[in-house]
Amino acid sequence: MKRLILALLLIPCLVSAEEAKPLAENPQAEARLKSLALELRCLVCQNQTLADSNAPLAEDLRREVREMIAKNMSDQEIIDFLVSRYGDFVRYRPPLKATTTFLWLGPFLLLVVGGIVLAVALHRRSKKLTDPALSAEDHRTVEQLLSEGSKRT
Amino acid sequence: MKRFLLPLAIFAVVVGFLGIGLTLNPREVPSPLVGKPAPEFALPQLYDPRQVLSLKDLNGQVWLLNFWASWCSGCKDEHPVLMQLAKTGEVPIYGMDYKDQSEEAVAWLRKWGNPYHVIAVDEAGRVGINYGVYGVPETYVIDKAGVIRYKQIGPLDENILQKKILPLVRELQKL
Repeated sequence: MKRLILALLLIPCLVSAEEAKPLAENPQAEARLKSLALELRCLVCQNQTLADSNAPLAEDLRREVREMIAKNMSDQEIIDFLVSRYGDFVRYRPPLKATTTFLWLGPFLLLVVGGIVLAVALHRRSKKLTDPALSAEDHRTVEQLLSEGSKRT
Repeated sequence: MKRFLLPLAIFAVVVGFLGIGLTLNPREVPSPLVGKPAPEFALPQLYDPRQVLSLKDLNGQVWLLNFWASWCSGCKDEHPVLMQLAKTGEVPIYGMDYKDQSEEAVAWLRKWGNPYHVIAVDEAGRVGINYGVYGVPETYVIDKAGVIRYKQIGPLDENILQKKILPLVRELQKL
């Protein structure tokens, strides 16, 4: 019985494996398509990669990339093809250029600024926290107050 | 009082950046095609599929290329602007029926009017890819030498037409 249930449970897996068949026709090409599509942005739903998106344009672009792979174009050529049409925005890792300097260096800049702010804040606090110098008289007063307190209880 | 000054200043800067961010349109990605020759195409015409409209037929004039589709709601929004422009005859508008079904495109034009000189059919969307189209409607201003001078992403409106497109067209026509 258990085996039967297990077998039944596995049926959906078999079915989904069936659906993915076109991918298996040329596994190497599909692997390349996948790795490229993960590097490329779908311009319709801008926060999805070409691999994730179901937008019609993404489908068309995947078809286009698939054809370019079939034509034995290199990854760089394929990316250049898309960049020449859609701009650097199509790449998830835009190149370091004059227009993207802030994009690339901004996080490090923020990190440095944050570090400086933190160092200054810690330095100020450590100054405030230094033990005040107590004179012998202060100690005597404390002793006295404490002994008075213990008498009351 | 003084200790609030720094956080307040940082807050003001952040608000400033976010404020600018709100006025920008993330869909308007600068096109690398502006200033470059318009990509070649040769496609069947909507009203007579045996006839071909190709880029070469259009050289020597300033013209607009408008990617649209009957399924596209933004195209409906900009349509009155195109109709108005077509009526003035100031610049010819050529249509590119993008990833559409021809019968539906014809029906759409019958219903709303046809502002186009000639319409080509880009059923597979390949010409669209060559033009870097990612959201119809998109409109290109192409000069006499066949160079793309401007790209409008999204619907045209009266303001864009009067302030950007028509002044550019007039300037290009003088050349």
